[in-house]
Amino acid sequence: MSILKDAKDLLQGAVQGAMGKAVAIAPDSWMPGGEPDPLIAMRHGHVGRPHSRIDGPLKVSGSAPFAAEFPMEGMAYASLVFSPIAKGRILEIDTTSAEAAPGVLAVMTYVNAPRISPPPVFLSGAKAAGGDDLPVMQEDVVRWNGEPVAVVLAETQEQADHARSLVHIVYEARRALIDFAEAKAAGSRTAVFMGEPLHLEIGDADKALADAPVRIDSSYSTPRHNHNAIELHAVTAAWEGDTLRIHDASQLVAHTAWSIAQMFGIDEKQVVITSPFVGGGFGGKCLWQHQVLASMAAKLAGRPVRLVLSREGVYRIVGGRSPTEQRVALGADREGRLKALVHSGTTAKTASNMMAEPFIVATKSAYASETFKLDVRAVELDMLANTFMRAPGEAVGTFALESAMDELAEALGIDPIELRMRNEPEKDPTSGLPFSSRNVTEAWRAGAQRFGWDRRDLVPRMVRDGEWLVGMGCATGTYPYYRMPGGAARITITSGGHATVDIAAHEMGMGTATAQTQVAADRLGLAMDEVTFRYGDSTLPGVVLAGGSQQTASIGAAVSAAHGALVKELLKIAGNDSPLAGLKPDEVASRDGGLCKRDEPERHETYVSILGRARQASVSVEAEAPMPLETQHWSMHSHAAMFCEVRVNTVTGEPRVSRFLGSFDCGRILNPKTATSQFRGGIIMGLGLALMEETQFDERKGRVMNPSLSEYHVPVHMDVPEIDVIWTDIPDPHTPMGARGIGEIGITGTAAAVANAIYNATGRRVRDLPITLDKLL
Amino acid sequence: MTITVNGAAVSLPNDPRVSLLDLLREDLHLPGTKKGCNQGACGACTVLVDGERILSCLALAVQFEGRSVTTIEGLGMPGALHPLQAAFVEHDGFQCGYCTPGQICSAIGMAEEIRRGVPSHVTSDLSSETIALSRDELRERMSGNLCRCGAHNGIIDAIAETFAPKTALAEAAE
Repeated sequence: MSILKDAKDLLQGAVQGAMGKAVAIAPDSWMPGGEPDPLIAMRHGHVGRPHSRIDGPLKVSGSAPFAAEFPMEGMAYASLVFSPIAKGRILEIDTTSAEAAPGVLAVMTYVNAPRISPPPVFLSGAKAAGGDDLPVMQEDVVRWNGEPVAVVLAETQEQADHARSLVHIVYEARRALIDFAEAKAAGSRTAVFMGEPLHLEIGDADKALADAPVRIDSSYSTPRHNHNAIELHAVTAAWEGDTLRIHDASQLVAHTAWSIAQMFGIDEKQVVITSPFVGGGFGGKCLWQHQVLASMAAKLAGRPVRLVLSREGVYRIVGGRSPTEQRVALGADREGRLKALVHSGTTAKTASNMMAEPFIVATKSAYASETFKLDVRAVELDMLANTFMRAPGEAVGTFALESAMDELAEALGIDPIELRMRNEPEKDPTSGLPFSSRNVTEAWRAGAQRFGWDRRDLVPRMVRDGEWLVGMGCATGTYPYYRMPGGAARITITSGGHATVDIAAHEMGMGTATAQTQVAADRLGLAMDEVTFRYGDSTLPGVVLAGGSQQTASIGAAVSAAHGALVKELLKIAGNDSPLAGLKPDEVASRDGGLCKRDEPERHETYVSILGRARQASVSVEAEAPMPLETQHWSMHSHAAMFCEVRVNTVTGEPRVSRFLGSFDCGRILNPKTATSQFRGGIIMGLGLALMEETQFDERKGRVMNPSLSEYHVPVHMDVPEIDVIWTDIPDPHTPMGARGIGEIGITGTAAAVANAIYNATGRRVRDLPITLDKLL
Repeated sequence: MTITVNGAAVSLPNDPRVSLLDLLREDLHLPGTKKGCNQGACGACTVLVDGERILSCLALAVQFEGRSVTTIEGLGMPGALHPLQAAFVEHDGFQCGYCTPGQICSAIGMAEEIRRGVPSHVTSDLSSETIALSRDELRERMSGNLCRCGAHNGIIDAIAETFAPKTALAEAAE
C-alpha cells in the first residue's frame, strides 16, 4: 500500500522533473520573480519597520479567541479512550456503565460511529491534509498504541472524563513491528519525499573518499520529537443543517475543509474551518483524528461538540518528528576542499503516511564537493504516523553534516569557518542551478566579528572558569525557499478608501497579520490603518499552507497578482475623465491612496475619487498567484551562520548555553521586531533539540513513555540566554517583496553549533542527541 | 458559596471536581486563562489569588470560597492595558499568545514575591533583605511558565522594564 503511494508520488515527481528541466533553461523573464517585485525598490514604506503586532493587545489581554473558546448553544464535551496495544483487534467493547454515568449523552465506538471514508493523506493531492490515511473509528482493528477507540460525550468535561474510565474494552494483541533495529534488519528502502527519491549520486563518492588525503567518517543519531505547542489541540464542531462548522487550531484551513469534506462525502463548501488564532503550530496543527472524531460525534449526538485533547492525548494522536540514524563521511584535500560528501542513513515512518524525515535536503546545496552520495532509507513501523516538525530534515540533518564539518576542520587544523568558506559553491552543487541570492560569506563575516570568534581557542578544553569549561562552536543553517501552488487572494477597496485583503492564511505567532498588513499597505499606497488583513477562514480565497516557511511568499505572490487585477479593474472604472485615462496597467503603480503613472507620480487619482466618480460603493477583485516555477529555475535558500558559547560543569556534566548569535541571510526582512522573534524562536527550539528534547518510545509496546510537559523537557526561561540576531537584509531579486522564509531556519544548524561548542569546551564529541549531562560525565 | 473573580462575586460550581481553571474558562466564559497541560507543568493557567500566583488547573474551585481571583481579563483590556501587558506588546514578549496570560499573571505574582524578599534558587545572599531584580532572578522565577514559540528574551525584557525601575526606587527609598 505504501509502495503504491511512493509510486504515485514518484510519478508526480517525474512529471515535475521533466517540466523542471524546461523551466531551468527558460529565460529569467519568463519566471515569476523574473522582474524584481517593485516593493523591493521602495525603501521608505511600512515594510522594514519594527511595527508591534497589530493583534498584540488582544493576545496580552486574553481576548484573542482560540479554537476551544468559541461557545456554542447546547455544546457537549468529549473525552477519548486510547488503545493500549500497538496492533490487534478489539474483541469486546462494553459501554454500558459509561452510558449510565451521570451526564453522559453518548459513547461512540467503531460499532455506532457514522460511516466515513479515510482521510486523504498529506502530499497525496493538492489539498490533502491527513496525517495518515487510516480509517477513523470505522473498524475493530487497532493500528498504533494510542489510537482512539472510543469517544465519550457528556454535558460537562468532568462527566466525560469520568465516564471514559468506565469504558471496558478487551483486545487481542498481535505482534507489531515497533523496534527500529529489528525493522532495519528486516530491510529498508529508499525514502521518497515530495515526489523525489531521497537518493543522489554525483561521481564516485566512495572512491573519492578512499582516495582523499584527509577524511572523517562518523555516525550520528537523533531521537523522536514532539512539537509541544502550548495550546492543546482543540476543536469545537457543529453541524448546521448540512454544513459542518469547525473552530480549529489549524495551519491549513483550506486543505482541512476539503479533506474533511472528502471523508464525509460532502462538498468542500459545506465544511467551514475557522482558525483566527493558533497557539503554536510548528507542523503539528494539521488534520489528525480529533477534528474528525468531534465532527462524527456531533453528528451522532445531534449537538455541537468540544474536543480538547489532553496533553497525553496530543502525544497519542498527533505525530511528531521521526528518529534518524545518519552517517556523514567527508573526504578533502589538505587545503580542505571537499572531494567526497557522503550523507546517508535511515529513518522511520509508517505505511500510512508519505513523510520520511528528509535529512539530506540541506546537504544538497550546502558545499561544493567534487562527488556526492546522499541516501535516506526508511523503515515502516506500527506506530502513530510521524510528521513534519519545524525544519523537517534540515533540523536533524544539519546536526550531522555540520558536526562532521567541525570534525573535518579539526582533522585539517583549519578554522571551521574558514573550512566552510573554502567550500562555498558558486552555483548549486547538485542541481547546477544558479542561486537566486546567497550571501553566506557575508553572514559568516558579520557574525564572527560580532560574536568575537577570534577569541576562540582552536584546541579543546583550554578555557576554564572555576568548575566550568567554556567553549565556542559554529555551524551553518539553511532552509529552502518554497512557494506552493494554490495561492489566491481578494482585494476589496471601498469608496471610503479602505482596503480589505482576504486570504485563507494563518497566524500561529509568526506575525502574519502584522507583516502582511505592512506589505499590503505599501502595495496599495495606503496607511496601515486603511488596510484590514483577513485570514484564518476556509471560505476565503487561496490554498495556503502555513508550513515550509512558505506562507509569506505565497501570500505575497497572491496579493501581488490581486493587485495587478485591481489596477486593471480600477483603470476600467476610472474611464476617460481620469488623469489616468489611456494608461496601460503595467504603466500604473499604487501610491498615496490611489493610482499614478509609474514614472510620472503627479499623474494621480485616489481610490476615493475613482470610485466616487463611478458611483461605486466598492471594487473587489480576486486573482491567483502564478505557478511557483521560480523554484525550478533558481536554487533558492535562506542561509544562516550560527555561533554558540557553552559552559559545561566539570563536576556534574551539566551543559549551559551562555551566548548565542544567529547571523541570517534571508532576503529582505519585512518586520524586524517579529522577524527577530521568529529567528530566536527557531534557535531556542534548536537548543531544546541539542540539549534536552526526546520523545521516549517503548520499543516493546510502541507507547510514548513521556507524554507530558513534565517529562518531555523543552527549554525554560533559565535555559535561554539572550539570543543575539543579525541579518544581511539583502533582498532576493526573485521572490515576492525580496523576502525568503524565516520561520524554520533558526532551528537548523543550532544543534550542531551547540555540539561543536561542547566539543571545544570539553574535548568530548557527542554524536547522539540530546546532549544530556550523562554523556558529558 | 461564592468566589470573587475580577471584583465580581460568582457562585462556586456544584460539582466538586471542577478545577478553578475550568470554572473560569467554561462556566464564567473567561477564556483568557489558558489550558496547556492541565497537570501543573506549563504555567499557562496561572492566575492571581489574593495577589499570589497559582496554577488554576491544579486548584479545585470549591477550595477557593471567599477568595479573590484576578485573571488576565481583570488586569487590563485593549485600550486600557496594564503596564506589563503594554510592555509585552512593545518587547514582542510572545508570538502565538497562548502562554502569554499565564506569563503576565505569573510575573505580577513574582514581582510581589521579590518585593517581599522571598529567595530563589539563584539568590546568592539569603540573608539580604532586598533581592536585586537581575535577569537571572527573573529567568529562574519565570521558569515555571513554558513558552514554546521562544519569546523568552522579550518576556524578560518586558518584566524587567516594568518592575525594575520601581524596585530600584523602593531600594533607594530604604
